[in-house]
Amino acid sequence: METLLNDFSVGLFVMQAVILIILILLMRKFAWKPILDALQSREDGIQNALDSAENAKLEMQNLQADNANLLKEARAERESMLKEARELKNKMIEDAKTEAQAQANTMIAQAQAAIESEKKSAMAELKGHVAGLSLDIAEKVVRQELSNKDKQLELVESMLNDAKLN
Amino acid sequence: MVSKKSINFIAILVLTLFSVSSYGNSDKQEPGNPVNTAQEIKEYIAHHLKDSHDFHLFTHNESGTHISFPLPVIVWTSNGLKTFMSSAFHHDDSGSVIVEKGDTRLVKLHSKIYELDAGATTVAFDEHHHPENAHKVLDFSITKSVFGMLLAGLLMLLGFSALARGYKKGHSVPKGIGRILEPLVIYVRDDIAKPNIGEKKYRKFMGFLLTVFFFIWILNLLGLTPIGFNVTGQIAVTACLAIFTAVIYLFSGSKDFWKHTLWMPGVPVVLRPILAVIELIGFVLIKPFSLLVRLFANMTAGHFVVMSLIALMITMKESFGVVGSTGMSLVLALFISVIEILVAFLQAFIFTMLSSLFIGMAVEEHDHH
Repeated sequence: METLLNDFSVGLFVMQAVILIILILLMRKFAWKPILDALQSREDGIQNALDSAENAKLEMQNLQADNANLLKEARAERESMLKEARELKNKMIEDAKTEAQAQANTMIAQAQAAIESEKKSAMAELKGHVAGLSLDIAEKVVRQELSNKDKQLELVESMLNDAKLN
Repeated sequence: MVSKKSINFIAILVLTLFSVSSYGNSDKQEPGNPVNTAQEIKEYIAHHLKDSHDFHLFTHNESGTHISFPLPVIVWTSNGLKTFMSSAFHHDDSGSVIVEKGDTRLVKLHSKIYELDAGATTVAFDEHHHPENAHKVLDFSITKSVFGMLLAGLLMLLGFSALARGYKKGHSVPKGIGRILEPLVIYVRDDIAKPNIGEKKYRKFMGFLLTVFFFIWILNLLGLTPIGFNVTGQIAVTACLAIFTAVIYLFSGSKDFWKHTLWMPGVPVVLRPILAVIELIGFVLIKPFSLLVRLFANMTAGHFVVMSLIALMITMKESFGVVGSTGMSLVLALFISVIEILVAFLQAFIFTMLSSLFIGMAVEEHDHH
């Protein structure tokens, strides 16, 4: 201990204190402050970059989710539209069919009615014709038959015969 | 081939642990007589561990010339400030060379500068080899340690301001030396300061912590080079560092810290004054003392062991032969040197770590319970 105290040099202590103070001040000004500031700003920069990358990733994920939703919705919409269209088409075809059927039926009915009436009138006309014709023929035959007495008698005879047979 | 000078240089570095026997007390080395006895080696180590006034590189034994460069001596004597170069002492460390500056007579004895009392012309020693008619002066010399500190400070300024300039130029990734320094700065910030002081308050103390960490580390590493600095093994230096830490944490103590130190809540009132005394002694004396002694003792011991192991080459020569002792010394010294590289970092780390721990204790704000 005595040697230690003997070795303790007050002058050296003072010199060391002075050098250390000056060194700390100089180093702070010219080295530590700029170095620590630069390190800090670099680390902040890295942290910011990492944060923004993370944000971008999240945003991207959100965007992708949105897109997927949109796609799904669009698909559902298309599906429903197609379905609607199909139904509409079927209905239209159905409607058209029934309408056509109805129209056809009426047309058929009209045609049949027309045919019937035409037939009737044709028949009536035919009947008239036939009656006239028969009268004409009968008139002609009678005239011919009655022009000769014998014949008239013969006729009366045949007719009487017929009447007898009846 | 190893030149003769470097052999001498190695021999000069050589010192011992096993210095039990004494071969008389020769302070002055005779020319042609290398440092090779246990006693001389012991003295050499002791001399190395102390601060010195000139930058000694090696001694050429045959001619007895010292190769060193002088450093300025600045002393405050009873007659005011005196400055001269340390070469004025002619490498004398035994108080026999007297430097006269005006009315002041100065001698250097065991790396300390003494001023002779008025009228005295030579140093008289008592039986413990302490000078009787001389007293120590306030010594602000640029000693080897001060030179080392200036060198370390310069290295730090150059290296880290280069790193800082790199950032200013807009490179967010450092180039050159900055690539090594940046992770160290981040290490001190993230693994020493932040966990101990807290995310919110660490920034204010970074200047001190970073400076102290690199200052101690660089000086510890400089101490491992053959130039032979032993700055962090100077008790004045470690004391100064520890006192800085103490001043910082005592002056930045929060209200909570002082409340808990001086009037600890949650313990019986009778015990509170006793606790206050214990806590105060702990913070004011014991913690700084442990800091200063830990660093000082570790670095001194490291230097002592490395030098002693190198000295085995000479002290064990007779028992193991030249090859055996050299080999043993080489292997052991290499092994310890590798450990010392680790210790150099470890001590800087521990000092900074404990400093930030104490600062953290002082600035902590407790949740009110």
